[in-house]
Amino acid sequence: MRVALFATCVNDALMPSTAIATVRLLERLGVEVDFPAAQSCCGQPQFNSGYRRACEPLVRRTVRAFAGYRHVVAPSGSCVATVRTAHPRIAARAGGGLAAAVGELTPRVYELSEFLVDVLGVEDVGAWFPHPVTYHPSCHGLRLLGLGDRPLRLLRAVRGLELLELPGAEECCGFGGTFALKNAAVSAAMAADKTAAALATGAEVLCGGDTSCLLHLGGTLRRQGAPLRPLHLAEILASTEAEPWRAP
Amino acid sequence: MSGTFLGLPAFPEAAAAAVQDERLRANLRHATGTIRAKRARAVAELADWAELRAAAKAVKDRTLDRLDHYLVRLEQNVTAAGGQVHWAADAEEANRIVTGLVRATGEREVVKVKSMATQEIGLNEALAEAGIRAYETDLAELIVQLGNDRPSHILVPAIHRNRGEIRDIFADRMADLGRPAPEGLTDEPAELAEAARLHLREKFLRAKVAVSGANFMIAETGTLVVVESEGNGRMCLTLPRTLISVVGIEKVLPTWRDLEIFLQLLPRSATAERMNPYTSLWTGTHADGPDGDGPEEFHLVLLDNGRTDVLADRTGRQALRCIRCSACLNVCPVYERAGGHAYGSVYPGPIGAILTPQLRGTETPLDASLPYASSLCGACYEVCPVAIDIPEVLVHLRERVADGPRHRLARAAAAAAAYVLDHPGLLRAAERAAARTRRLHPRRLPGPGRAWTDTRELPAVPPEPFRDWWRRNRG
Repeated sequence: MRVALFATCVNDALMPSTAIATVRLLERLGVEVDFPAAQSCCGQPQFNSGYRRACEPLVRRTVRAFAGYRHVVAPSGSCVATVRTAHPRIAARAGGGLAAAVGELTPRVYELSEFLVDVLGVEDVGAWFPHPVTYHPSCHGLRLLGLGDRPLRLLRAVRGLELLELPGAEECCGFGGTFALKNAAVSAAMAADKTAAALATGAEVLCGGDTSCLLHLGGTLRRQGAPLRPLHLAEILASTEAEPWRAP
Repeated sequence: MSGTFLGLPAFPEAAAAAVQDERLRANLRHATGTIRAKRARAVAELADWAELRAAAKAVKDRTLDRLDHYLVRLEQNVTAAGGQVHWAADAEEANRIVTGLVRATGEREVVKVKSMATQEIGLNEALAEAGIRAYETDLAELIVQLGNDRPSHILVPAIHRNRGEIRDIFADRMADLGRPAPEGLTDEPAELAEAARLHLREKFLRAKVAVSGANFMIAETGTLVVVESEGNGRMCLTLPRTLISVVGIEKVLPTWRDLEIFLQLLPRSATAERMNPYTSLWTGTHADGPDGDGPEEFHLVLLDNGRTDVLADRTGRQALRCIRCSACLNVCPVYERAGGHAYGSVYPGPIGAILTPQLRGTETPLDASLPYASSLCGACYEVCPVAIDIPEVLVHLRERVADGPRHRLARAAAAAAAYVLDHPGLLRAAERAAARTRRLHPRRLPGPGRAWTDTRELPAVPPEPFRDWWRRNRG
């Protein structure tokens, strides 16, 4: 099977380790991975800030970049949610046949845990990660994609991993894109509560499926000097005994 | 809306101040956390919740599509039952009508059933200007009124107060508005309730005029419905001679049967109760002589005040489905930390963030900031019993604000960012420049960037973007 990796712009520019881990994980599972270089941003920051028209070229670019792939996989709940829910809205107002092209692409785009569990039909991906981990389900994966317990099922099958329940897991971490800047005080208060809950679990690693939320939480934890490290689900699932995850 | 909300700071400033208020944070965390858990249990009991929710949405949408038809039908049936219907285009007209109606009775005071519509139009202030005292009789509204305070929650207006604060307000202020609080009042809930009961009972027995809102109006019969928990509303609806109800035009339902859906959804969503404690329904004036229950004179003031503008917006109009249950407030992480006052409106929380800018416009800094008072986490949409996609409307309203004159710079910046993202050569160059200069990046940013670095480290820029790794390893 051949899939296109939709790395997402945040991973490309700021967290390449997430995209690299996704490549290694998928290849280990026998999937051939392409990275269509024409891809860019899904337009989520612009769309959610009210700049819908500025997203139109990015929607067209996304449609073009992934044309011809049966499966497009992204290690990001919120970027996939943008493709699924925002792109049709942008396309409907843009005209020029974009709606049809978007409608054709949307069902082929998968968030990583969806692709693993629903398409490949695996929960045990052969990973090894001997650390206590707690999992924060980011809002868009949770509510817009309905990922449910797919990420937890994948984590439970990881050898050596001790999964600790995060109290109030379903509450937003306070990132919210430009919300983190426009309403910094409330955003920081939400991050403080989320990191306190995660620290109280005793976990060494705070796992999530959305890099942006992890950058926000990780930045908060580093400022606190807290002994808790944010890691993307892909990085944990890519880790094996032969090739264990190493801090970059 | 009410003049008391004019001149307030924009949401981010007000919320930043509220976040520092430890007592407010504790009061809100406790109150919203408790009701959130109870609501989840009450909703989980009904196997057909999703169907009820879909039905409620459908009934409301169908009604909004033919609102003119149902309102005229309502008017006919209210009139046939002995009531009088008045149409008010805005707050000023509604206040003028109500003031005139009270004056015509010769009375100088009214008792009030908890009502969002009359708060929206600032009726109490308008009546006060005309020399008429309006007494709030809902317990929480009484606390707010006695404390010269503003409501901070739709259903629990005094949610920002704990019982110690309430005791102090009762002890200090009750005497100014009527029967004083009993000597030695403590903060025991039963004692506080008894103090309120004695204080209010005097007003119920004396009042000749009551003012209410309504949760629902039934077009086919001309019936109005008030849903409340204390029985104080029913006192107002049954004892006084004259009843004046001020109701938003979106509250109409076509048939009596439609109530079946909403009387299941509302109490479970609002107070986590299986059945609402006091549901009062009345149709016009009472028909069984002067000694019967209910008013001898009934006036219905149908309030527009911006609602037809909301109705004209295909995306925004779903906000008119709202049944004011407050489930979205109780589940909202932003509301829990910012508190209701930061929203600068009688409608706080997620529903306020989409309703206020539609009713009042987005001209003031406060109203323009409301669509951004959300991380778009979607918890509000998940719990909304009439399935209002609040995040969708928030983003829609952000577009309206972003298209405005004050956002030229931001619009240019967004266009520039999108241009770079749409040109992979430029994007790659920017990524590489960031990677090459990464050791020089400051730990704390000046200007707007401080909003991030005041509490968070900046992400460390990696030595190379993923694109370059791919080219080296797989390309």
